[in-house]
Amino acid sequence: MNITGPETKTIENGGMVSRPRLSEKYTMNKLPRIIFITGSLSLLLVFTAPIWRITLEAPQYPDGVTLYIWINKLDGKTRGTLQNINILNHYVGMQEINPESIPELKYFPIVIIVMSALGVLAGILNNRRLWLAWILLLLILGILGIYDFYLWEYDYGHNLAEDAPIKVPGMVYQPPLIGSKKLLNFNAISFPHFGSLFILIPMIMGSVAYYLKRKKSVPDE
Amino acid sequence: MIMNRKFLTFLLILPVLFIHTRCNQGGGTTGALGASNAAEKVYIAPGEKDKYYAFMSGGYSGQVSVYGLPSGRLFRVIPVFSQDPEKGYGYNEETKPMLMTTYGFIPWDDAHHPKLSQTNGVHDGKFLFINGNNTPRIARIDLTTFETTEIIQIPNSAGCHASPYPTENTEYLVAGTRFSVPIPQEDVPINSYKENFKGTFTFISGGQEHGAMDIAFQILVPGYDYDLAHSGKGVSHGWSFFTSYNVEEENTLLEKTASQYDKDYIAAVNWKKAEEYIEQGKFREMPAEYYHNVYSDRTHSATSEIKKSVKVLIPEECPGMVYYLPTPKSPHGVDVSPTGEYIVGSGKLSADLTVHSFEKMIQAIEDEKFDEVIDGIPVLNYDAVLAGVVQQPGLGPLHTEFDGRGNAYTTFFISSEVVKWSLETYEVLDRQPSYYSVGHLMIPGGGSAKPWENGEYLVALNKITKDRYLPTGPELAHSAQLYDISGDKMQLLLDFPTIGEPHYAQAIPASILAENQVQAFPLEENEHPYAAVRESETKVERTGNEVHVYMTTIRSHFAPDNIEGIKAGDKVYFHVTNLEQDWDVPHGFAVLGNNNAELLIMPGQTETLVWEPQNTGVYPFYCTDFCSALHQEMQGYIRVSPPESDIKLTWGLGDEVFGE
Repeated sequence: MNITGPETKTIENGGMVSRPRLSEKYTMNKLPRIIFITGSLSLLLVFTAPIWRITLEAPQYPDGVTLYIWINKLDGKTRGTLQNINILNHYVGMQEINPESIPELKYFPIVIIVMSALGVLAGILNNRRLWLAWILLLLILGILGIYDFYLWEYDYGHNLAEDAPIKVPGMVYQPPLIGSKKLLNFNAISFPHFGSLFILIPMIMGSVAYYLKRKKSVPDE
Repeated sequence: MIMNRKFLTFLLILPVLFIHTRCNQGGGTTGALGASNAAEKVYIAPGEKDKYYAFMSGGYSGQVSVYGLPSGRLFRVIPVFSQDPEKGYGYNEETKPMLMTTYGFIPWDDAHHPKLSQTNGVHDGKFLFINGNNTPRIARIDLTTFETTEIIQIPNSAGCHASPYPTENTEYLVAGTRFSVPIPQEDVPINSYKENFKGTFTFISGGQEHGAMDIAFQILVPGYDYDLAHSGKGVSHGWSFFTSYNVEEENTLLEKTASQYDKDYIAAVNWKKAEEYIEQGKFREMPAEYYHNVYSDRTHSATSEIKKSVKVLIPEECPGMVYYLPTPKSPHGVDVSPTGEYIVGSGKLSADLTVHSFEKMIQAIEDEKFDEVIDGIPVLNYDAVLAGVVQQPGLGPLHTEFDGRGNAYTTFFISSEVVKWSLETYEVLDRQPSYYSVGHLMIPGGGSAKPWENGEYLVALNKITKDRYLPTGPELAHSAQLYDISGDKMQLLLDFPTIGEPHYAQAIPASILAENQVQAFPLEENEHPYAAVRESETKVERTGNEVHVYMTTIRSHFAPDNIEGIKAGDKVYFHVTNLEQDWDVPHGFAVLGNNNAELLIMPGQTETLVWEPQNTGVYPFYCTDFCSALHQEMQGYIRVSPPESDIKLTWGLGDEVFGE
């Protein structure tokens, strides 16, 4: 004990040593916030890529007819994809897919921006409980979004015109949520696309930040 | 001018050559091994693609056909100078202006020499040009749409055969006159040929840009028959060469009278010098009417402009611009080697093949080695410009192309063969028969600075087939024959019939063109004045007895598909817009009793058919292109009432009916 005594003294007196400790403490406290805020901002990257893709395969379409679903729009691999899908769909009496009439494409972007802003705010406020709430809210919104997407698919697939040129008894045309399904001559393949990563990544980063902060805050208290 | 009658000598050696060629006919692909080996080389498995696009002129069909090599499969026929009822070309209102000339609407021509556009002497895959021989014209084909998009008429010309043979960077397309006539035209006795008849070399600028073709200048030359051309490249860039026959200037029984002199001329034109003279104002502005027709992929329509004058240069007033290179016996083809140094003149009645040197030509000009001067054009001394002679290679040489490995390949019409010879030693290296009577030949890139793959294939374009295919009455197909020329000896691989006369051809690696193909025309870019780009824009309008129907097509209906209130004697314009935006979904349009053709409308395009019903009744119209599973249902009706009837103009689709 005596031997360590002078050493302890030296540390107390020597600013050279205590400064790095302060600095380290500072970064260690700051790091979760940086991760959390970066994660919240990366949510905005969802606008840079489609979140889902549905491909229809048939012999006459060697390259497939690929529809991309973005957070704020629908488009295809070629300019005419959506029109083409609508032409094909009208034979079996499916409704026209008209981006104008899908309100989600208008308010989902707002939800994303608001969530991103809330995340940044929560990060600045540096409140662990707020962070958890934000992560859970994003998770719930994500699940709701997928459920909403399922409902749209269900509606397009089941709500068929009575006077459709082609009517196959018992046939519904709902594409799968994930995976592939044979719909008459088409094989419909549906999978999440890159854009979904930017919903997943903020959740993961938020959780990491939450975990780091909890670990750090124990000795802090 | 040398006028010895060497023709007798030529006849004397005929039997010798005949024996010579017969001895060499054993070298074809005989035996099961050779045949199966050839089959492997041309077999393109289902779903696989060819290595080259080949564009073959249809000669008197006025079209260009597109084949794949090495398979010889036909992909498309592009109408150029001929109306094509299948595609509505020259029948629909939009493309009629393409075929307008100062002689009126001409729905046919003799399409001879397809030539690809070039950059630095290499085929760049942007455009294909082709000349119309009968009513002098040059057409441009866009290689992203495979459509004819521009045609310019050549004034002061009565036969456009030595054409279009672009310069190294497509600065100019050229056109030499096959038939000389009085220029400007006038009513003179035919036998005043020697004093009154003239030829012209026309240089057409604007080749690099769609819609920009223009007659830059013309050079007025003696009244010979200017047969073929080639523009220089590499060392000879800045020059163009034209062969001539009938330097005898005869006007009757040319097969005899125009074959008398033992040398005719290859004209060498220094077009850079000509440009200088134009800049110095040493030209004469000559009145000359000609049409310039341009098609737009935005309005989906062609427009015609009539131009009124040309700049003409006279060799006597412009020294150093044109020279004559004496070349034996009515030379046909004039072909320039990939480096630009050798100019091969195929004297079609000569026993030998003449090769001129560009370098020696320049030296001879510097040294003023002129034998004589004709109308201001110095005739260079033959020996001073000669690079070498291929001794007795065959009979009736016509055309030469190159493989980029120092070899040249020449076709022989009379002895019906392709002969490979060395540009270094002038020795014959190989010969293979053609079936029969080959005219032009084509090596992909073989007329440019860069033969692709250093000469892989050679296509012989034959004029006569006789017993080669199943007989089809008196008229038989012409043919193309594919040879593998990658080895020391040529190997005949494939023999396939062609459309019209496969007069000449071009080929380019598929990789250069395939990626650039237009699949559909964007509807939002459609600027056709009568387009309806959505069903809500469809309507019917009447002005007097003219009725304009703004119609759309989409799988599988027309909008509108029921029209009433048309009267007998009306002139009905169906402006049909194809709303599809997907690849390979054209719709057709045909109406009962129409004195015209169908429309075949590409996705995003608008086309117009004029219909003039004379009798009352109800007329169906329908889609002619099997577009979809319910294609048969894609139909509609038009009611035609008597002229005095008060039936209102109405149109509709399904439950929706609209009226005036």
